[in-house]
Amino acid sequence: MSRLLTPAMMRTLLPGLSLAALLAAIFYLQPRTMSYFGLNLLLNLAVPIALATIAQMFILCVNDLDLSLGAFISLTACITATWLNDAPLIGILALAACVAAYAALGALIHLRNLPSIVVTLGMSFVWTGIAVLVLPTPGGSAPGWIRTLMTLKPALVPFPIIAAVVIALTVHFGLMRSAAGVVLRGAGGNPKSVERAGWSMLRVKCTMFALAGFFGVLSGMALVGLTTSADANIALRYTLLSIAGGILGGGEFVGGRVSPIGAVIGAITLALAGSFLSFLRLNPDFQIGAQGVILILVLALRLLINSRGTRA
Amino acid sequence: MKLTTLGKLCCTVATVALVTGSGAFADTSGKKIALSNNYAGNSWRQAMLTSWEKVTGEAVTAGVVASADAFTTAENQVTEQAAQIQNLILQGYDAIVINAASPEGLNGAVKEACDAGVVVVSFDGIVTEPCAYRIAVDFHAMGKVQVEYLAGRFPDGGNLLEIRGLAGVFVDDEISGGIHEGVSANDKFNIQGSVHGDWAQDVSQKAVAGILPSLPDIAAVVTQGGDGYGAAQAFKAAGRDTPIIVMGNRHDELTWWKEQKDANGYETMSVSIAPGVSTLAFWVAQQVLDGAEVPQDLSVPFLSITQDTLEESLKTTQAGGVANVEYSLDDSKAVIFGN
Repeated sequence: MSRLLTPAMMRTLLPGLSLAALLAAIFYLQPRTMSYFGLNLLLNLAVPIALATIAQMFILCVNDLDLSLGAFISLTACITATWLNDAPLIGILALAACVAAYAALGALIHLRNLPSIVVTLGMSFVWTGIAVLVLPTPGGSAPGWIRTLMTLKPALVPFPIIAAVVIALTVHFGLMRSAAGVVLRGAGGNPKSVERAGWSMLRVKCTMFALAGFFGVLSGMALVGLTTSADANIALRYTLLSIAGGILGGGEFVGGRVSPIGAVIGAITLALAGSFLSFLRLNPDFQIGAQGVILILVLALRLLINSRGTRA
Repeated sequence: MKLTTLGKLCCTVATVALVTGSGAFADTSGKKIALSNNYAGNSWRQAMLTSWEKVTGEAVTAGVVASADAFTTAENQVTEQAAQIQNLILQGYDAIVINAASPEGLNGAVKEACDAGVVVVSFDGIVTEPCAYRIAVDFHAMGKVQVEYLAGRFPDGGNLLEIRGLAGVFVDDEISGGIHEGVSANDKFNIQGSVHGDWAQDVSQKAVAGILPSLPDIAAVVTQGGDGYGAAQAFKAAGRDTPIIVMGNRHDELTWWKEQKDANGYETMSVSIAPGVSTLAFWVAQQVLDGAEVPQDLSVPFLSITQDTLEESLKTTQAGGVANVEYSLDDSKAVIFGN
């Protein structure tokens, strides 16, 4: 029993436990959510947030921070709702170009040794600008196959849960359990030693930024599949949600310490926190603050566990 | 504000009662209606929420509906409001009245609501999903009517300054489109400059003050509401003659107009949407729940104030508020079944 409750174990379990506590509170407040239909509505908007959080996690992993993610996802949503729908080939090329642009950003940050916060903050205006050019007024429509996928009603388990599990496990096995993943994470934790061992840091950064871009594209596509149309500001909130979700799920602002499963759980927790507060009938003016309080509570718990770990 | 005279109202009530023959309140007494609102940060939205509270509060007390709660998103974002609507479905509301952050972006959530058997009524910021009811304002005409009024005032035409609203919002495009159409129909007018005032006095004042030095004599200012007083202050500060500024029904604008009218006989007009349109949306939702046949698309007239109705309007407008019309059940029936 005492072996199960080691600080390391508790740290791993904390995101899951916070989610379970929140879910229990929601089920208690609003029993209607405890059904296939209810879970579907409660969780479907968490899918794009989870993808955005995974994207942010790749950047956090190499010790950087992406402040342009929300603007980037808005752009990919705009491309999905316009070009990908009207001319799929051009759409795919444009989305591939977005991923390539992210890889190039990684290269720029590495080669010129620039602070990622400044580069990505600058890029956020570029992404928003391009998004406005692609879609000047809100509109466009979701390609049929994305809409079908996002509104899928599989038997027994609601689609958002399946999607979350698939995303978490795919990234978990890719990043945490593969040989390449070890190098990629190591590059965030101790870049010098990875470089000395003969790996190219440039390639590592490019790969991680490209992966972030790829998941950003997926997030934009998933979002359009749910909303059926886009606008240039549709996902601006995702920047902060993705950072908060990544940290909530066990990631840290020092490179290499990330957890894909935790990140997905963190994203879902944040999305549910909003629903929880609205079921509580809390005045909307306090809701953002209350979301912050939930975040601080979870992080405080983690700090408590950490300090107990060092004392033991 | 009493735009409808009592007699006319009685007539409407009588006819409506004859035509529809429905007086059954009992049908909806157990129903719950929610308001999903995306923004509450200006005087118009505040007045809209106050009207909602007042009219629905009376309806709940009278037992017409079980509850009518207002929810405003913490941030004016499509993703937030979509999540809010989905939460409202889960909370078991029978109808959701929406002032939408985007005409298209909420369609997914609105479709979910319709599929769950929830009645969706959108107003002001409407949604395009076919299953929802829409109460639209003819913003295009609201722009055009200003130029038509000015054409009457200046038969020889003149230079115009245009103050626009919040960039990228479709309401701004619509009103501006109406103004430009009016100008191309009356080619004696020239729009010399165009600034974004974000429907707020302080922003407008700054924007107008910034562009004024580069402008020739301006005969009139066409606006979108919430920007007239700021424009007047900017002209005053620059030491230029006050042009004809079209007002937008805000209390500070009407007060300024009244002062000018008393001091030097200043004449203009004022036009905007009544924030009480939220109460019309409430009654439309109630009527749909009651089983009435309601057309999917309704339109409401905008509210204009003229030189003659200024005093009366100013008297009934709260300080810091907007001239308003609140709808009773009978007013609403007149709008729903009258056209």
